[in-house]
Amino acid sequence: MRILLMGNPNVGKSVVFSRLTGVNVIASNYPGTTVEFAKGSMRIGAEKAELIDVPGTYTLEPTSRAEEVAVDMLKEGDVVINVVDATNLERNLYLTLELLQRKIPMVVALNLWDETRHTGIAIDVEELEELLGVPVVPTTAVTGEGIKELVSRFPEARKGSHEAEDEDLWHRIGEIVGRVQKLTHRHHSLLERFGDASVRPGTGIPIALLVLYLTFKIIRFVGEGLIGYLFEPLFENFWKPLMMKVSLLLGSTGFVHDILIGKLVDGDIDFVESLGLLTTGLFVPIAMVLPYVFSFYLILGFLEDSGYLPRLAVLVDNIMHRLGLHGLAIIPMLLGIGCNVPGALATRVLETRRERFIAATLMAIAIPCMAQLAMIIGLVGKTGAKGLGLVFGTLFVVWVALGLLLNRVVKGESPEIFVEIPSYRIPYWNASAKKLWMRIRSFITEAVPFVLVGVFAVNIFYALGIIEFVGKIAAPVITGMLGLPKEAVGALIIGFLRKDVAIGMLAPLGLNLSQLVVASVVLAMYFPCVATFAIMAKELGAKDMLKSAGIMVASALLVGSLLNLIL
Amino acid sequence: MSGNGRIVLAAMQTGQTGKVVQIQGGRGMIGRLEVLGIRIGRELRKVSSQFMRGPVVLEVGNTQIAVGFGMASKILVEVTE
Repeated sequence: MRILLMGNPNVGKSVVFSRLTGVNVIASNYPGTTVEFAKGSMRIGAEKAELIDVPGTYTLEPTSRAEEVAVDMLKEGDVVINVVDATNLERNLYLTLELLQRKIPMVVALNLWDETRHTGIAIDVEELEELLGVPVVPTTAVTGEGIKELVSRFPEARKGSHEAEDEDLWHRIGEIVGRVQKLTHRHHSLLERFGDASVRPGTGIPIALLVLYLTFKIIRFVGEGLIGYLFEPLFENFWKPLMMKVSLLLGSTGFVHDILIGKLVDGDIDFVESLGLLTTGLFVPIAMVLPYVFSFYLILGFLEDSGYLPRLAVLVDNIMHRLGLHGLAIIPMLLGIGCNVPGALATRVLETRRERFIAATLMAIAIPCMAQLAMIIGLVGKTGAKGLGLVFGTLFVVWVALGLLLNRVVKGESPEIFVEIPSYRIPYWNASAKKLWMRIRSFITEAVPFVLVGVFAVNIFYALGIIEFVGKIAAPVITGMLGLPKEAVGALIIGFLRKDVAIGMLAPLGLNLSQLVVASVVLAMYFPCVATFAIMAKELGAKDMLKSAGIMVASALLVGSLLNLIL
Repeated sequence: MSGNGRIVLAAMQTGQTGKVVQIQGGRGMIGRLEVLGIRIGRELRKVSSQFMRGPVVLEVGNTQIAVGFGMASKILVEVTE
């Protein structure tokens, strides 16, 4: 049996899904968090059923790519759990009635039930059940309230008793709401006032600046703190002595030694420069990148779950329009800072092909992922703030300039922003911690192996003389145009696999500040890593991916050469 | 802006409330607004607007929605307060 979880965007379907299946999926407080369906299995009595978390939709007549996915899924389901936002009954019932018209067996979960209490909404659940003709269960998925009852009433799923024609759906909804819902007048809560203040320019812009400032401060504070007080001491004091013994045991040199431990620098292991699997291969992802990935997702999770992001989207809408996008495009950009892969997927919140092309291209070129950022901060940051300012300043200028350009030349339409602004919610500690853990776990299980492959590949490429060979061929570009030593070509080759390893490979080259800046900027821009490339190719299609890649290579060479001339 | 207190959403003052009287758009636009609760006869409140023809945030029932300036210029309301 196949069960579909369906409902309006941002009503908590993904939380219900996690509760029912035990499979964790990312849930946030903005419409369109789920752009692709997730599958899991659950037990109903003795039977095993497949549960699918469908992207949110307001209607069965789709208006965006994510909604199309939702409607397509409907054909393949046997039963629907319609998740309804109890605080927005009227709007949510439209989809409910559309689903009932499709004559598919259904159960309704009246979610966000806890919020009805303090918003002065009273709903007569029995009456609603009677009118719809299907089981209706109040739930608060984030705390788990009502989930058991939802499961226990599952066998009662049925087709319902709704007969209204399309034209009088709203009329019918009006009747239902009038009979089951009572509103008590109440004053605006503090959170609601803050909600209004954060979308008004006079108050909203200062709030946004403060939020961004705090975001950067906290990310750096937590990231640097973890590195300086936890990971670096651990590696230096415990791991290094152990690895030195292994190194001795292996004879301090030779092929196997160099693969596992790497080259010794002045008779000692250098965790960045040695390039062994057990040294650099572990130190880079765990001691340099992970702390920043952790601190970034800690803050991003809070921004997502509080409901701030759509408000930020409203404030930046004007700017984004000049780049051929609208405010919501800030979401893929922000997610891209964590990792470009979810960033590329999140371009689905945008309605048209043109917007998705521009957003994905801009992100892949000008938004370095956290792994790369952490390495740039570690490497370029050592020389002071100037280098970092140059790298990030250049990328920002590229982001804006390229956006302005693409907005002129890319054909197609860019519609206006049209999005629901969810109420502010105080994030549930549990749910946020779980999400943070999921992201950390996927970094450890997906990124770390890639780093190891990257480090291994570096060794093999060096041993086979591939890097030297390509270096000679590419010398006119690398040395002539970019002003880098020809050994830097190794970083460009490995950059296809992992950008963090690539940046790390610059460390032993003894680059000066302007060369470091050029190399960091070029590595960020020239091509996405293989994981991002695969997702982008899938999202954009082969032809657009080719165009996008062309833009990447061309702009990286142009910007790199210009920087080389200026600096 | 026509007579008897009818103005477009874009022209409303922040904090003003009004009743939707007409939506000057195609079926697609009317449909998209409808499913979010913006229909003729509904009471709405303008929450905010931005500089330079930026998006408008409005509130219908318990829902807040951001719409572009263009769309906000096609929703005609009768100001009530």
